Amino acid sequence: MRGHSVDSPDVLVVGGGLVGTAVAYGLALEGAKVTVLDQGDGGLRASRGNFGLVWVQGKGYGLSPYARWSRSSARLWPGLAAALLEDTGIDVSLKQPGGFHLCFSDDEMAEREKRLSTLQAELGGEYPYQLLDARELRERLPAVGPDVIGASYTPMDGHVNPLKLLRALHDAMQRRGVKLVNGEEIGRIVPETNGFAVHGRNAVWRAPKVVLSAGLGNRALGAQVGLHAPVAPNRGQVLVSERVAPFLHYPTINVRQTDEGSVQFGDSMEEAGYNDFTTTDVLSTIARRGVRSFPLLKNVRLVRTWAALRVYSPDSFPIYEQSLQYPGSFVVTCHSGVTLAAAHAMRIAPWITGGPIPDELAAFRGGRFLAADHSASHVH
Amino acid sequence: MTSKPLFRVLQPAAGTDAEAETVIQIWFNDQSFSVPGGRSVAAALLAAGVRRFRATPVSGAPRAPYCMMGACFECLVEIDGMPSRQSCMVTVQDGMRIHSQEGARDLPPLSDLDPSQASTENAHGR
Repeated sequence: MRGHSVDSPDVLVVGGGLVGTAVAYGLALEGAKVTVLDQGDGGLRASRGNFGLVWVQGKGYGLSPYARWSRSSARLWPGLAAALLEDTGIDVSLKQPGGFHLCFSDDEMAEREKRLSTLQAELGGEYPYQLLDARELRERLPAVGPDVIGASYTPMDGHVNPLKLLRALHDAMQRRGVKLVNGEEIGRIVPETNGFAVHGRNAVWRAPKVVLSAGLGNRALGAQVGLHAPVAPNRGQVLVSERVAPFLHYPTINVRQTDEGSVQFGDSMEEAGYNDFTTTDVLSTIARRGVRSFPLLKNVRLVRTWAALRVYSPDSFPIYEQSLQYPGSFVVTCHSGVTLAAAHAMRIAPWITGGPIPDELAAFRGGRFLAADHSASHVH
Repeated sequence: MTSKPLFRVLQPAAGTDAEAETVIQIWFNDQSFSVPGGRSVAAALLAAGVRRFRATPVSGAPRAPYCMMGACFECLVEIDGMPSRQSCMVTVQDGMRIHSQEGARDLPPLSDLDPSQASTENAHGR
């Protein structure tokens, strides 16, 4: 398609990662005609660098709508997994047995207590959790090491195979009629009378609505349609081991055993700009914590390491907003594209097609980052 | 079980590779094989006609070496009691006892970890 617009979709989605494809899939389920414009293999690929947790506990401390939002997504997740299995035959291996946050000191336990009790109170009690001492923890996770003095557990948590998820979303959305354009690079979005002209490398794409789910690219693109999305990179590093016989039947925040038997180690956070290389010191810290958590992993072989860049807002919470200046353009961005995949498909997509705005979204406008006394050129 | 080998050993030019001209004895799943030395365990086993090196833990399907350069992890076998060795990355030695890897390796039971291993020292004593 060179130099002219393709047969008119209802919605253009910029970005074909976990967020864009979940939104596109939901839009297709709502009957919308969708084209997804994806960057291709040269992009930063956060959707392939994550940990696969479907995690609720502890989230939203300081902004309780995020706790509610995460919880609702976790509840909707079985429906998404079933829909993907039915549409594609791919089992994304969703398991929601609950999850543990292991603690190595009394201070860590106290922090968990404070965080989770506050969230429970803010959610009116609708927030089940347990604080476990070493003995209780060992009954549930026999392999846990002597340095672990306790943990918080909630039944709300789980994990999934994130690579199968991305593949299933791509497959399912296309089976539902979504057009995927790969290897594109969107630089300019121009509001027009009847919608938006989205300028790619060799083509212009037009639709009445455009959704920005381009990860770190949302900052520059949002600015062109009156949306403030000040996302910046936050680096996470991950270690993956060889496949071992199943020994860990629950995910933990730092260590989980995947459906195929590999053990994944992670949860580091660094500000390193756009540098997505691994570093020995951080990998050592991750490995050390992993072995302290589960000593039987001491000699496990590591087969892969990587780093990836989270799409991080200044307060870490998502940005969901429809532009007031240019209605019909939306930004949908977060750093928990796995946990929130169900909410994106089942609660964000209906909003984009014109349904009521989900209650929680009032807290997630990008304008919250603008200082009150700025006279903003971007309305919020 | 072996069958007619899929691979034929290329003979090096005379005198260029003494090790490759030797013949050594190894065991695979308790069956003895005479194989040429001076090459990886994977190459030696393939030369001897072995076609099944392991069962993948994901589905139980039979697997054999693929990339022959340490990237794909398809060639995993147990060598002299140590599981999950990449046979393409290990030089074959006379007397090696090799077993197919059936599924994922078992982690050592906690009781097998001696007290010094439970510390955070690494293998280099740091």
